[in-house]
Amino acid sequence: MDKDISLSRDEVADPDVALANAHADLMADPQPAPISPPPVPQAAGSSHFHESARAQVQGAATYVDDIPEIKGTLHAAPILSTVAHGRLLGVDTAAALAMPGVRGVMLACDIPGDPLLGNFAHDEPVFAQDTVQHIGQVIGVVVADSVMQARRAARQVKCHIDALPAILNVHDALAAQSYVLPPVFVRRGDADAALKTAAHTLHGTLEVGGQEHFYLEGQIAYVVPQEQNQWLVYSSTQHPGEIQHWVSHALGIDNHAVRVECRRMGGGFGGKETQSGHMAVWAAVAARKLQRPVKLRMDRDDDFLVTGKRHPFAYDYTVGFDDTGRITGLKLVMAVNCGFSADLSGPVADRAVFHVDNAYFLQDVDIASYRCKTNTQSHTAFRGFGGPQGMVVIEAIMGDIARQLGLDPLAVRKRNLYGIGERDVTHYQMRVEDNILAPLLSKLEQTSSYVERKQAISAWNLASPVIQRGMAITPVKFGISFTATLFNQAGALVHVYTDGSCQVNHGGTEMGQGLNTKVCQIVADELGIAFEQVLATASDTSKIPNASATAASAGTDLNARAAQYAARNVRDNLAQFVAGMDGCGAGAVLFRSGQVITPKTHRPFTEVVKLAYANRIQLWSDGFYRTPKIHYDKATLTGRPFYYFAYGAACTEVAIDTLTGESRVLKVDILHDVGNSINPAIDIGQIEGGFVQGMGWLTTEQLVWNDKGLLTTHAPSTYKIPTAGDVPGHFKVDLWPEPNREDNVFGSKAVGEPPFMLAISVFEALRDAVAQARPGTRVHLDAPATAENVLRALGGR
Amino acid sequence: MTPHPLVVQPAVKNIRFIRKGEVVNLGNVPPERTVLELLREDLGCTGTKEGCGEGDCGACTVVLGQIENGALRFRAVNSCIRLAHSIDGMALWTVEDIAAPDGSLHPAQQAMLQCHASQCGFCTPGFVMSLFGMYHNHVSRGIPITRALAQEELSGNLCRCTGYRPILDAAQHMARLTPVVLDENTLLSKLELLAQAGYAQEPDSAYKLPYTLIELLRLRAAHPSAQLVAGCTDVGLWVTKQHRQFGEIIDLTQVAELCHIEDQPDELLIGAAVTLADAFTALVNNRPQLHHFASRFAGLLVRNSGTLGGNIANGSPIGDSMPLLIALGATIVLMSERGRREMPMENLYTGYRTNVMAADEVLAFIKVPKAGSPHPCPLPKGNGVEAETESAALPGSLAPSPLRGEGGGEGLPEFLRIYKISKRYDDDISAVCLAIKLHIENSTVIHASIGAGGVAATPARAVQTEAALTGQPWTLATVQRAMAVLRAEFSPISDMRASSAYRSEVLGNLLQRYWLESQGVQQINLESFVLEERA
Repeated sequence: MDKDISLSRDEVADPDVALANAHADLMADPQPAPISPPPVPQAAGSSHFHESARAQVQGAATYVDDIPEIKGTLHAAPILSTVAHGRLLGVDTAAALAMPGVRGVMLACDIPGDPLLGNFAHDEPVFAQDTVQHIGQVIGVVVADSVMQARRAARQVKCHIDALPAILNVHDALAAQSYVLPPVFVRRGDADAALKTAAHTLHGTLEVGGQEHFYLEGQIAYVVPQEQNQWLVYSSTQHPGEIQHWVSHALGIDNHAVRVECRRMGGGFGGKETQSGHMAVWAAVAARKLQRPVKLRMDRDDDFLVTGKRHPFAYDYTVGFDDTGRITGLKLVMAVNCGFSADLSGPVADRAVFHVDNAYFLQDVDIASYRCKTNTQSHTAFRGFGGPQGMVVIEAIMGDIARQLGLDPLAVRKRNLYGIGERDVTHYQMRVEDNILAPLLSKLEQTSSYVERKQAISAWNLASPVIQRGMAITPVKFGISFTATLFNQAGALVHVYTDGSCQVNHGGTEMGQGLNTKVCQIVADELGIAFEQVLATASDTSKIPNASATAASAGTDLNARAAQYAARNVRDNLAQFVAGMDGCGAGAVLFRSGQVITPKTHRPFTEVVKLAYANRIQLWSDGFYRTPKIHYDKATLTGRPFYYFAYGAACTEVAIDTLTGESRVLKVDILHDVGNSINPAIDIGQIEGGFVQGMGWLTTEQLVWNDKGLLTTHAPSTYKIPTAGDVPGHFKVDLWPEPNREDNVFGSKAVGEPPFMLAISVFEALRDAVAQARPGTRVHLDAPATAENVLRALGGR
Repeated sequence: MTPHPLVVQPAVKNIRFIRKGEVVNLGNVPPERTVLELLREDLGCTGTKEGCGEGDCGACTVVLGQIENGALRFRAVNSCIRLAHSIDGMALWTVEDIAAPDGSLHPAQQAMLQCHASQCGFCTPGFVMSLFGMYHNHVSRGIPITRALAQEELSGNLCRCTGYRPILDAAQHMARLTPVVLDENTLLSKLELLAQAGYAQEPDSAYKLPYTLIELLRLRAAHPSAQLVAGCTDVGLWVTKQHRQFGEIIDLTQVAELCHIEDQPDELLIGAAVTLADAFTALVNNRPQLHHFASRFAGLLVRNSGTLGGNIANGSPIGDSMPLLIALGATIVLMSERGRREMPMENLYTGYRTNVMAADEVLAFIKVPKAGSPHPCPLPKGNGVEAETESAALPGSLAPSPLRGEGGGEGLPEFLRIYKISKRYDDDISAVCLAIKLHIENSTVIHASIGAGGVAATPARAVQTEAALTGQPWTLATVQRAMAVLRAEFSPISDMRASSAYRSEVLGNLLQRYWLESQGVQQINLESFVLEERA
């Protein structure tokens, strides 16, 4: 059986072939395997290193800018509007074109296809034409022999712009009814009546700032002309299919003529879901006109000025509640700063509406969501996708209610939790079937010693003249699935080669989240082979077509399942083949520890593969998955948009300085639900990373636009994401020990976005500290809680 | 065509450095080319990444090796804003250079792998190199890496994926791995050879890298329009962000006299080309309470490249060393072939990023009175000229300043604090920086010295507040009056870091904090706040 099978096409007489054919359809009684193969742990469920880690630590992992440049490659740099809103009267490119090394300037007139981007709302020009709509809007690109020369020349292009009145904040937009999309209202019951009869009511406002993604690898695309008007696009993107669509749309050619490849991104976080498409289209327009490879690598400052951010929100709420703190009615207005175009603002604002409940049952509720148009960057997807902006306001309301009634905020939160079998239908009419909120919160309350610490902190604060501490536990319930049901589909290819090695390709993209690692783990177990035998390759629109964005936390749920199905097809082929040889049912064939085991014998997987190949058994397959159970009515925002919910909770302790408003996070305990973890190290990495990123959003990461509409925090010198010193010494993460109650790959749950919202505990702890410093007064703290905002909340100037 | 570095014109010296044990010798590298461009574009070594192009994210971190006092010194720096010519004569390591030839990983890499400390991997090469520097400066020398040390030394490396915990684990994990020993002796001898060969000073070279002060002063006089650079942590941004090109550059970082610190009885004499890291080490040795502040000055990558002289001469109103040095009564020495003059630091500045330096002058030394040394006399008010002295340009034989209190003797105890307010605790630029040094005797303020940053067009001395305090009893009433004076003394601007109102408010509040600290009140500053763990 260990005969090396020749792979020559001329090899015709192989005895194994005849053997296999002779038994192909015979069934035999299962018998115990004579020898047990050595046990090898399954790949899924253990903390395999990230599939690229070894390369990453040696600088050997390739990002788009690391791909060796093809001879003749040119570099593009964007020409930016310096006016927030105005008529673009003319563009004078003479000075730029006269510079050495400059090969051309691309403007709207150079676009062979549609001058509007091929996106969902179809409201955004590729290059600004008659109007500019924000400072940083791209009017064209300069193409030159070197990056620096292109950037230098771009600043020599003179744009004649007649300034028009600009709307620079969401309040002005609301007043002017300036919207990118129509408002959406979600109502249940009669909120007005409920508020009238409520024992207590509170009215409040809150502003929560946006957030720059600050992926460490800036936006980049490299477009290489192929023969016959075909194009190869290397893009750092979460959505190669969208890039393909946009590029072909702009070039006026069929989708099949554009191939997009992305091996990995240096971070995405939602910022490369649509925003990476712009670079690809700009580079493609230039590459087509000049018939040369063109790379567009954004300077970091330009990246800040050009691309959209997390949507800033402003809220106005009136809440009614009883003496126990239970909410009886809520009216909430959410004004969403969408920037100058729709982009993904519709679904982002929808998801915010869906997550206003967070963990809480809202009986009579009235939510108005305004999608405001302002003359700023077009805000876009960012980890949580509106969910954080929905949750942060209800958590603020919980804190307010507790302080109003003199109750502990955690008690108020628990009082409002969704029930089991009652009070379990969301305001969008989805039953919460997998609710673990009460036991999860109780466990964290215990493990974090919440009650004792809370008392100790209050006592400590009384004796502390300057520093005040605060603490909060906040829960997370986050809906998993794209709310646009059609995106919940995925495909994969699994190839087994004749040496037994396996290559898997799927429609998802790797941005550091460990998707490829998890997919390899699942495929390895499906085939019963070692993790190291499975290789994941670059996302490529020519391999898996029409793939959805890697987004909505659903990358593993969708793609690992599709890959599992593809591997299962290959396995089924092999099982049937081996069953034929051993005279057993295919169902009796096991794939484990690199062995294929029948009741009769066991063979190394590699050997079975060789035999199967020789017998013309298909060793590769596709797999396709679509999420079951989900449906959703876009008009009424009702239905079951989510397959399941991911849960978690965090307990955070902070300290504030009442003289300066400075703050520090002192201690964090997290209990989070990832179902059965496919890779605990990766999942914990997502939880910690998401938490710290959320902490940044709510504390130090402040986007400041000046009165002209210029984003003045356009570099890491002025825009401060957390650094190593911001991570508290006590930063503990535990995983909730229960598989997903829905049928999901490996019993796991999505983990990309939900942990981000655990950081709302930081904000609530800060509000608690402010309240402790100023007993008896309402806390009005806007986010991010910079030192200045905290001092203002304390009643300073 | 943009000049290609390997084919083109500007008459520059070859750059020579040691990488992977070999001497790399590169010609015709334009003067403003950065180390990162050299690596990625000219040498095709793409392991080192560009994250921001301005020295704020650390993705481009490389490690430089130099001989100092006969031993090898490792410095992790941002390659994106470091000029390529400035590394002439040094050893260079990138993330691609440190695994063993058999493929086994360096502990910096192995620890990152084992601790699951890379996700997207784009910041990883930078972290690996910062860890490489830490490994050879600490682990190899038997110095343990604590959590606090790791946090301090990694503050200039940003990661957006991991939340840092696994990276901090990796920093501490390195010491538990099989040690890697560099052949320092061989490297030292190669560096010696490079040094002996020298960076020959062709008079018309566009990049001038003088080794001596006399040479520097001569070059400065002969080329008054040349851009003077040191660590380039600001000028580097003029190149990468403003796309500036310089006809000529004079780099003073290898001027021997300017690269060391003289610990004199009453003062520290700090050469202008001493790195911020080394300058702060000396300042902290003398005044340990400056430790936290020193570690919050940018990140280590910037402190390892930037110089104290550069920070001062650049004159940014939010430069953090100036408020401190003003409070300490530091003086600066300007030198030219014509002579030298010395003045209180605050007199250097004439307006926003303008100063009194003549075209042929360089900032050569900073003199910082030590703790316990006699406090300076009240400064003459006016244009500062009267305070200046002239003498021959003789490095190493600087005459004592007339500003110094005569009669020396026992110094009065000082009470010094410096406060920095920024959005982020580490590696951020101050919204407000306030340094206060009082000498209090018999409950009376004998002498007050206060420097402020972020509240005016230049770093400034709070003369009105000093006057409001000097001679007054050190009481809450005095402090409250002085708080009002301090708030009124400056009219700060509103910008992306803070509003004018906040800056003014906090200025006063920081004086209040100082008062409380002077009264021995503990746990009132988050910089040193310690959470008592429950039993």
